[in-house]
Amino acid sequence: MYKIAAVGDRDSVLGFASLGIDVFSPLETKEASRLIRRLAEENYAVIFLTEALAKELGDELSKYHSSVLPAITLIPGARGNTGEGMKAISRFVEQAVGSDIL
Amino acid sequence: MAVMNVNPTRMELTNLKRKLATARKGHKLLKDKRDELMRRFLDLIRETKTLRLEVEEGIKIANEHMSVARSVMTDEEIEVALMMPSQRMNADVGTKNIMSVDVPVFKPELKSAKDGEIFSYGYAFTGGDLDEAVSALSTVMPDMLKLAESEKTCRLLASEIEKTRRRVNALEHVLIPQYEETIKYITMKLDENERSSTTRLMKVKDMMLKEAHHYNQA
Repeated sequence: MYKIAAVGDRDSVLGFASLGIDVFSPLETKEASRLIRRLAEENYAVIFLTEALAKELGDELSKYHSSVLPAITLIPGARGNTGEGMKAISRFVEQAVGSDIL
Repeated sequence: MAVMNVNPTRMELTNLKRKLATARKGHKLLKDKRDELMRRFLDLIRETKTLRLEVEEGIKIANEHMSVARSVMTDEEIEVALMMPSQRMNADVGTKNIMSVDVPVFKPELKSAKDGEIFSYGYAFTGGDLDEAVSALSTVMPDMLKLAESEKTCRLLASEIEKTRRRVNALEHVLIPQYEETIKYITMKLDENERSSTTRLMKVKDMMLKEAHHYNQA
């Protein structure tokens, strides 16, 4: 059985705790990257990550791109939508087609 | 395109012709694979895009309610209310195979003490906005899992498409022209050799005839 996690600042992810998924609120970038690594090794299939934190982590996340699990999905945080999640989708199209045609 | 460094022999020619046939066949197959992957990918990416819009909208609504809730309740109260959930959500993970790319399939698996009970707190110490926030999140959660699944699928498909496209291009623009030119080069060389040996034979025959005539005259 695989688990689900939500990672981000407290205000953004606290609501998810009530749904019965695990929430983590790392305070600094270093702690966050350690946390993601730990979650990936443990039984987490899906990690919801706030866009703001994903931006701080940067390249740290790219090593999980090619593996089937975990699926790291960006969600907008409490401070608003940065559009980073949508940009990621455009990047997929760019990678596959050669240019963003959508 | 450079001609490969091979000996211009008949054996080499047969080998190269066989290789060229294989390369052409591989090229066609890979091209078909690329086209089919692309078709699936484009369908999926459109779906993913609408799904993401929905999910982001849902989370936005939840966050709006949450910020109102935070303004009327203290942080401790909210934490007490939310940190002991009445249900437990896990993901059931299967895999699906799309054109030999393994992609995950997520299904939410809920374990709750009471069916349909998403609120983990009594209503005495909390405001209505917290309820709204929690219920908004719980409606959007299945879509979030679906989004996670299709985004991962898109990512894996995109990298597979890129790989396949490179292979197709390498075959089409490098390997196949190279084979073709080398085959042409060997054919020319062999023809040339043949012509030169014919001329040599004619010349020798000529010389022999001349010698024979002289011999006869004497």
